[in-house]
Amino acid sequence: MQTSRPLTERAWVTLVWVVTGFFIVNLFAMIGTVVTSSFATRWLGTWLPAGWTGKWYLSAWDEFQLDDLLIVTFEVVFAVVALSALLGIPAAYALARREFPGKQIVMLLFLLPLLVPPVTYGIPLATVLYKSGLGGTMAGVIAANLVPAVPFVILVMIPFIEQIDPKIEQAARVFGASTFRLFIHVLLPLLLPGALAALLLVLVRTIAMFELTFLTAGPGSQTLVVALYYAVFAAGVRAVQSIDAMAVVYMLTTLIWLIVALRFVNPTQMVTRAKQQQT
Amino acid sequence: MNDAHTPPPALGMRLAAMGLDAVTLLVLPAALLIVALFVYPFLYGLWLSFHPKDGSTFGNYVKFFSDPFLYGTIGKTLWLALPVTVLNLLLAIPIAFRVRRMRNQRILTTILVLPITLGTVLVAEGMLNYFGPQGWFNRAVMTLGLSSTPLKLVHNYTGVFISLVITGFPFTFLLVLSYLTGIDPVLEQAAATLGAKTAARFRHILLPLLVPGLGVTFCLGFVQAFSVFPSAVLLGAPAGPTRVISIAAYEAAFEHYDYSLASAIAMVMALVLLVIVVAALSVRNLFYRGPASGGKG
Repeated sequence: MQTSRPLTERAWVTLVWVVTGFFIVNLFAMIGTVVTSSFATRWLGTWLPAGWTGKWYLSAWDEFQLDDLLIVTFEVVFAVVALSALLGIPAAYALARREFPGKQIVMLLFLLPLLVPPVTYGIPLATVLYKSGLGGTMAGVIAANLVPAVPFVILVMIPFIEQIDPKIEQAARVFGASTFRLFIHVLLPLLLPGALAALLLVLVRTIAMFELTFLTAGPGSQTLVVALYYAVFAAGVRAVQSIDAMAVVYMLTTLIWLIVALRFVNPTQMVTRAKQQQT
Repeated sequence: MNDAHTPPPALGMRLAAMGLDAVTLLVLPAALLIVALFVYPFLYGLWLSFHPKDGSTFGNYVKFFSDPFLYGTIGKTLWLALPVTVLNLLLAIPIAFRVRRMRNQRILTTILVLPITLGTVLVAEGMLNYFGPQGWFNRAVMTLGLSSTPLKLVHNYTGVFISLVITGFPFTFLLVLSYLTGIDPVLEQAAATLGAKTAARFRHILLPLLVPGLGVTFCLGFVQAFSVFPSAVLLGAPAGPTRVISIAAYEAAFEHYDYSLASAIAMVMALVLLVIVVAALSVRNLFYRGPASGGKG
């Protein structure tokens, strides 16, 4: 690159990094506040709390019935992941391999739920679910969460399937493989890395999906993030530290899966859909 | 009856020639799910919005556009969403240009993916602590002598604005970065070889290639900011300046149990989004559209 940069450019570069640094420092300090507060005995008007304790985790566990919440959360999340794999991957395979009339409309159908914000379609969806008796049940929550999850799997998987050479499948056919054997021995191993990435992203997104779960969940089908919302909403009823302890539990459940996911996907994939790995 | 003609091929074969065979049918279950859980509820909501409790056709829309407590939410939401989206984009572009050349991009992108993954509810809880009058941020501001009284950063417009930057900026940045890395570096090198300085390369090469991506980024960022809900309740003043349109829709549905009015508000929301997105995309079309890769090597 250039050996000597003009002063204005160096000032510009510094400014860019200062803004980025400011953002990151505040982000970490904000997360740090929650963690510190959850271990604090009493924290009023000082930089650091008066003392440290782990008792808030015990009380939060009882108050918010975290064991029930975690079970419901994981039941919902794994059902959504399994169903979106079952519905999404075959659909992605069809869309990647076949040209058929109306394909554009089908693609639009899968694109819309990702573009329209959840609150907008969540309210009519919740209305329909409540009228059909599914509102407030676990099935209703799972159904609502499938709306963004299935298209997400499809749109992540299409470019991934497109880059698998169809000649491999044809070769397997030539050697007499049945559809079932073709699927088990040829397609499944090839699809696994892409499917794993797509499903981990769905998992992380579903744990954090607030709006749809909030609009469709009843008392027995709340997930962790919705319970956290109610706790923060009714702040003052319970100790701040207790809410923060719950927030830390939520943070950990999300972060564990995020770390697992990041082993397989690039962070930019968390927001963009279709980015081919390498060509 | 006419033996001179070859018999028409079987239906299955004709369909297969059009691309409709067993493999294509695999798309059906997913498509049916989206029709049942997305398209049908939307159409039902549209139908319901024209059947208000009072029996008239446009009752809900008349009510919405005559009650300032309801129609005012459009302005309030736009007043939050548009500045935030533009600010996020203006911050994201220069930073993405810097980061593009970094070797350890992954550390930064991993840090920035955190607020997106944790979600708005956790960010709201963190902000209530951190930006509160006794929080670390205000302590730092007062220690540095920048202000003698704590800044009021939560339970108002500023609080919601900050939360939208915290979750929206990383989203915008990662999207811009992925568009930027999709531009072939050869193009920029060619401009540099021909003597273009950094500013000229940005102005004449990279920016025109990036504009389509920026248009999409703006739309996605705006859609997210416009549908702000949890942070507007938890960090804002949900009865006053941050009474956004999704709060109005939620209240109609789950506090007044008027699903008809709630659906009407959701439809108004979708319409406003559509207008802004179409406007943004038509502005985008005024710019260069084409491949962002170099010609022959």
